[in-house]
Amino acid sequence: MPINQSDLDEVALSRAEYEAIVDRLGREPNPLELGLFGSLWSEHCGYKHSKPLLRTLPGESDRMLVSPGAENAGVVDIGDGLAAVFKMESHNHPSFIEPHQGAATGVGGIMRDVFTMGARPVANLNVLRFGAPDHPKTRYLVGGVVSGIGSYGNCMGVPTVGGQTSFHASYNGNNLVNAMCVGIAPADRIFYAAAGAIGAPVVYVGSKTGRDGIHGASMASAEFNEDTEEKRPTVQVGDPFTEKLLLEACLELMATNSIIGIQDMGAAGLTCSSVEMADKGNAGMDLDLDAVPQREAGMSAYELMLSESQERMLMVLKPEAEARARAIFEKWELDFAVVGRITDTGRLIVRKDGKVQADLPVRPLSEEAPLYHRPWNETPQRPTIAAADVPAPNSINDALLTLIGSADLSSRRWIFEQYDHLVMGRTVQRPGGDAAVIEVPDRPGKGLAVTTDCTPRYCQADPFEGGKQAVAEAFRNLSAVGARPLATTDCLNFGNPERADVMGTFVGAIKGLGEACSALDMPIVSGNVSLYNETNGRAVQPSPQIGAIGLIGDLDRTAQIGFGGTQHTVVMIGDGIGHLGASLYLREVAGREEGAPPPVDLAAERRHGDFVRGEIEAGRITCCHDISDGGLLVALAEMALASGIGASLAMPHENLPAHAFWFGEDQGRYVVAVEGDGAALQDAANRAGVPTLVLGLTGGDALTVDGASPISLGTLRETFEGWLPRYMAGEPA
Amino acid sequence: MDAPVKPEHDNVGVGSAMKAAIVVFPGTNREVDMKDAFERAGARAVMAWHGDAQVPECDLIVLPGGFAYGDYLRCGAMAAHSPIMKDVVAKANAGQPVLGVCNGFQTLVEARLLPGALLKNASLAFVCRDVHLRLEHAVKPLTGNLAEGEVIRVPVAHGDGNYFADGETLRRLEGEGRIVFRYVAGPGEPEARANPNGSTADIAGIVNEKGNVLGMMPHPEDATGPRQQSLDAVPLFAGIVEALS
Repeated sequence: MPINQSDLDEVALSRAEYEAIVDRLGREPNPLELGLFGSLWSEHCGYKHSKPLLRTLPGESDRMLVSPGAENAGVVDIGDGLAAVFKMESHNHPSFIEPHQGAATGVGGIMRDVFTMGARPVANLNVLRFGAPDHPKTRYLVGGVVSGIGSYGNCMGVPTVGGQTSFHASYNGNNLVNAMCVGIAPADRIFYAAAGAIGAPVVYVGSKTGRDGIHGASMASAEFNEDTEEKRPTVQVGDPFTEKLLLEACLELMATNSIIGIQDMGAAGLTCSSVEMADKGNAGMDLDLDAVPQREAGMSAYELMLSESQERMLMVLKPEAEARARAIFEKWELDFAVVGRITDTGRLIVRKDGKVQADLPVRPLSEEAPLYHRPWNETPQRPTIAAADVPAPNSINDALLTLIGSADLSSRRWIFEQYDHLVMGRTVQRPGGDAAVIEVPDRPGKGLAVTTDCTPRYCQADPFEGGKQAVAEAFRNLSAVGARPLATTDCLNFGNPERADVMGTFVGAIKGLGEACSALDMPIVSGNVSLYNETNGRAVQPSPQIGAIGLIGDLDRTAQIGFGGTQHTVVMIGDGIGHLGASLYLREVAGREEGAPPPVDLAAERRHGDFVRGEIEAGRITCCHDISDGGLLVALAEMALASGIGASLAMPHENLPAHAFWFGEDQGRYVVAVEGDGAALQDAANRAGVPTLVLGLTGGDALTVDGASPISLGTLRETFEGWLPRYMAGEPA
Repeated sequence: MDAPVKPEHDNVGVGSAMKAAIVVFPGTNREVDMKDAFERAGARAVMAWHGDAQVPECDLIVLPGGFAYGDYLRCGAMAAHSPIMKDVVAKANAGQPVLGVCNGFQTLVEARLLPGALLKNASLAFVCRDVHLRLEHAVKPLTGNLAEGEVIRVPVAHGDGNYFADGETLRRLEGEGRIVFRYVAGPGEPEARANPNGSTADIAGIVNEKGNVLGMMPHPEDATGPRQQSLDAVPLFAGIVEALS
């Protein structure tokens, strides 16, 4: 029977892919089998457009306990017998269609990826990119996404300690919600997907299966159009309470040496988890769908296999452990059902109502997804804009107030106060600084620093430099709190890869990420790709998001962004040419989005970061902030606001226009404030080949720049804190 | 690092330090924070499972923060009907000290050990930030070594902390000195930001008539550790431990 195009569209497969399936099976697949292929060969599960490129990223390191991509999350040795397990993942498409549930289930999914490996989640972060503030849908999306993230993380009792939020018209039709979770596990007790011995029981635990989220993986692998609203039923509904029980039950069982393999049911639900487990064990699996706990009556095999109902896990148990495992899950009042057995057939056989519904070889499903080397166009180079060609503001003071009161630079307090960022009692640095810092449970004095970074407007301007910059800024944020950068995860958000220009941004960004990760010794240990973030042919800004973790050996030797006292000397580490291309000054003050982004000198980045970290570790710097969006003066204003201490600052030379000096976004720079005149610091920096510049002294309750009239901290605070609450209260952007 | 969720039955009387029994419901999530705070103050702390009929023998019963039963129905409503709560109510009525924080306060109210109700925050949003509390009336041993009139900085983290009671109840609470903690503005903080949830009369914590059951929304347990941003609640825990050891 010839298959028609609409059936293929339903499962997001191309005609060529269909023919490849027929070829491998030696027959036409039935509708259920076609659905299974559609999900597993989707970009979301099969990475068919991205895998060849992802293989070029540096992932090897002696710190790594698991090779990248092989498992749910990356696993990194943090010493003292512990491992950090972490990953970032997108939930962009669902969060646009139904922001509260879409974001909530994104958070739930990433936490399952972490605790399925045996780690207790200890920190959550999230990256949110919304459309222009004056777009009619933006306010609704911000409110829904933030409440969704809060509802899930707060109930789970995992602190949400950091992230990024920004606004740009390119996200009007596709917001981005990237959730990151970091967990801690005993280094010698990491759990994987695995199949084990023939006959071992395949066990389903957690929530019952309903009809929600069917085709979620395929949805996330196609563009949006006018009919997107109709996709609401493909968004899952989250139940954080059940996930909290699932977390506790899984960790309790994991302590008992009962599990052979475990895999959470995320994208493509039972299909993906069962195929992955069978494949990892070079085995087969017989599944009996009648045994699957079901929320509604009359569900078809297709619905049961492709449902993305949340809070479910699939495990292969040691046969003798079944009773013990059942008792634990019953104690936590969760469903526990033996739904299948491991076989040696190499086939996935799905039965329902006593009949075989699907009978497929495992290998083609999981590993033979087609790979595409898409044609791509190099992103054209933009001209570098000379500082002298960018108009000066009315005054430096006015420009500062414009910037810190803008949508992208104003305070995120309205967001992070809706997240419980203190539960577990180990939050050492709260949201609002460079990297968030938590104390490692049961290891007093040992800290883990976490950050998320990417500057999409740089990536738009130059994907390669933008990719480098995302990693460099993560390196800088970790170094600024005195943490040694350990490893990264990525979440690569792009438009439709079938368009050569979009593919070109993807290729360029990956090259940049790879180069920076190698130069800064921050291997990528896990990751996620989200393509097709595009509506009616308009793609989001390339957003290769980086999440990174670093280690602080002694929490008594760390730094934070607030000035530590008055009459401290303010010193800039690093130097620049006042780069204003693709800067926020150019966009917010001059109203232009153009020019090449600031180039990243990775050798200088590393030298400056290593110097700053060394000074922090030696106890000589306790106040430090990296310079990023908005440039030097924005960083200084944030330091003043964080401490309630003002400063008197002056540009020490006349080599640059003042607005380029204060608002340029040159890379590889930090600001520190130290007791005394800073001479010792400058000497040490000289010896390390690191440039420094003394800017002034802390003190008073105002910021005074180049002798102009002082801006009171009260005015600064009102401007900085005011924008987001006013906007969310309904005031025009 | 695994949360100790299983009850531990050790013998009271080993050593002289007081023993706190921290009740864990499905969905409780600040039991470790609470255990840490008591242990830092020199107490012993054990977890008690909600499904048990009896609280282990102890000097103090603690209902910690979290989302017991997912806060479904109403915050604390289902937890108040957990098997262990019969024993908690009996022991409270017999005079044993009971401390309920956040979700624990909500549960004490649902169990009718404390009057009033905790409504959704006036902002309709969850709020996590530092607040300032003034100790209005010292109630021994539960307010520890805090001095009357003393202001402490501690965090809140809740969606339903908006304390409400009818006029008659409020007059009694006020008249009998049972409003223990009130939200006040911190140094330099605008008045409007003092109360994080819109609670009636800025109430943050109250006690029962006998003074042995204290419920409060803020989290003093998260203001006791050397890496936490405030140590202001150290005297609270130190005083409880001194009094009950």
